[in-house]
Amino acid sequence: MDLEKSKLQDMYLKMLHIRRFEEKVAHFFTLGKVHGTTHLYVGEEACAVGACSALEEKDYITSTHRGHGHCISKGIDLNRMMAELLGKETGYCKGKGGSMHIADLSRGNLGANGVVGGGQAIAVGAALTLRMKKSDQVVLCFFGDGASNAGSFHEALNLAAIWKLPVIFFCENNLYGMSMPVSKSMNVRDVAEKAAAYGIPGRVVDGNNVLEVYSAVLEAREYARSSGPILLEAKTYRWLGHSKSDANVYRTREEIADWKERCPIKSFRKYLEENGVFTASELDAIERQASSDIDKAVEFAEQSPYPSMDTVCDDVYA
Amino acid sequence: MREITYAQAIKEAMCEEMRRDERVFLIGEDVGLYGGAFGVSVGMLEEFGEERVRDTPISEAAVIGAAVGAAVTGMRPVAEIMFSDFLTIGTDQLVNQAAKIRYMFGGKAKVPMVVRTPGGSGTGAAAQHSQSLEAWFCHIPGLKVVAPSTPADAKGLLKAAIRDDNPVVFFEQKLLYRKKGPVPQEDYVIPLGKADIKREGKDATIITYGRMVQACLKVAEDLAGQGIDIEVVDPRTLLPLDKGALISSAAKTGRVLIVHEAVQTGGIGGEIASVIAESEAFYYLDAPIKRLGGLDVPIPYCPELEKNVVPTEKTITEAVLKLFE
Ligand SMILES: Cc1ncc(C[n+]2csc(CCOP(=O)(O)OP(=O)(O)O)c2C)c(N)n1
Ligand SMILES: [Mg+2]
Repeated sequence: MDLEKSKLQDMYLKMLHIRRFEEKVAHFFTLGKVHGTTHLYVGEEACAVGACSALEEKDYITSTHRGHGHCISKGIDLNRMMAELLGKETGYCKGKGGSMHIADLSRGNLGANGVVGGGQAIAVGAALTLRMKKSDQVVLCFFGDGASNAGSFHEALNLAAIWKLPVIFFCENNLYGMSMPVSKSMNVRDVAEKAAAYGIPGRVVDGNNVLEVYSAVLEAREYARSSGPILLEAKTYRWLGHSKSDANVYRTREEIADWKERCPIKSFRKYLEENGVFTASELDAIERQASSDIDKAVEFAEQSPYPSMDTVCDDVYA
Repeated sequence: MREITYAQAIKEAMCEEMRRDERVFLIGEDVGLYGGAFGVSVGMLEEFGEERVRDTPISEAAVIGAAVGAAVTGMRPVAEIMFSDFLTIGTDQLVNQAAKIRYMFGGKAKVPMVVRTPGGSGTGAAAQHSQSLEAWFCHIPGLKVVAPSTPADAKGLLKAAIRDDNPVVFFEQKLLYRKKGPVPQEDYVIPLGKADIKREGKDATIITYGRMVQACLKVAEDLAGQGIDIEVVDPRTLLPLDKGALISSAAKTGRVLIVHEAVQTGGIGGEIASVIAESEAFYYLDAPIKRLGGLDVPIPYCPELEKNVVPTEKTITEAVLKLFE
């Protein structure tokens, strides 16, 4: 694929941002600095980065409970994102939303979602806006394999299909919805097969290959604009537990190790190096930059104040 | 008496009922191998097998609906909804179907099912995982609504709910799951619709349920030191309410504070206040009935804010003292 060097660099940097961000959040959890729960994206970086790199800034996304990767990929201020995780006033949601509710409307990010399946119909509505306002942007709706069994998935796909709306339904199939393996939660092998029920195309891509995801979404974007919704299914794997309170009893150590071998970041690095896009030392420099960006975000977040109780009733109504 | 946690008490109730009655089964997301998001059903899969401890996909509407269908046709399902916030997704089945089937069918059917679900804030899970929605369901004739505050109550009430021939929404509390308390080992039920006086007193009544019971008891102990003797009454079942118990406590003390975590506007506190105000207890009141609910906001993420949008020992104490001004 002929991609500009700067684009490839941006993709690599974003994948690293996600990895470093998540590692930091996991660490903060063990220290008790972040409370509540969080669903980490480690292992799935190629999905979000590949998908969002194929979008334009004004395109919309809807995200999920496992949304940090989507936010970073859609272009977010890392400082304000980390501040939100720490519940600070400078965070994206003024400290009121936390991990599961980060949204950046200025960049088309309609928000993470604590409710599985909560974003699918919202994506349809956003596409309806685009249609009614005669925009030629698209909406990309992230959701998990588990969410593809929720009623809202089926209703949303059907609506988008009958109205031929520009939605890319992007399933991150990481093989489990919490402890439930896809082999037990659905009676088809691929989520992509479900597209047939709505008369729309369904395609499977390697969710650990950022360039494959990128080109699939690029094509899907053209299709969505001209012909209507499309369902993409990216096969991937989450390395860590479902949330912080997960002992991983439902899968084997071997399976996890096996998927870690297929690290999307390592393989992208290998690609970039072997194809002479960047030298090893250039790649090292990108990695250093990623780490230092996250360190700066942490510093910003830690120095920010908590919201005052006086503001707690603000923003309930417009 | 041996002490077990609230979560263990709930599991014990389910296990005892499942051993006693083959028609009882558990259905819900991650209730099997995972043992439930809060570990309530850990080990039940091993004892009862996949048929009776049934993992489901993420399909709350169909889970509650399947429970309704199974109940109407002779089973006694216990459906677990991982967070009470997600009841919203299955509410059609609960409100339009389960609650009304018997009446609509002219009394010819019954719907013996329980929906167990944890509510409440305090875990940092923010606005979509922290609500207290019990009042919604109290507005629906045909449902029963239960909200236990102790491990012993949880066990006895859940067993009663499972044996009840009506759909019961059973609100558990995330922050109570790990709390221990004495729980009788034997088989016992606590009838639905019966309040419990958690502390006797003569100067004022606090009516409260769920996790707020502990906070109110603590306040009562502290105020006892200042010579104020508080009675704490836990209705335990919110629908039907034990009106008699609430009215007689109000008449006895003449001062009433109602405390709940759920947002104040439209909360069950308003209903309880009306029940008392409409009764003969009205003539014994020495002060206006007072409510203390959560602030009318979604639950915020930031821990300091989260803690302070629901009643705290401090605000409960202030509210009690207002009754004496
Ligand atoms: C409606 C609803 N039901 C249940 C949950 C609890 N829950 C959160 S994430 C999750 C699993 C989601 O699986 P999937 O869609 O595959 O996404 P993944 O976590 O694998 O990224 C569950 C059951 C929820 N948040 N919302
Ligand atoms: Mg999944």
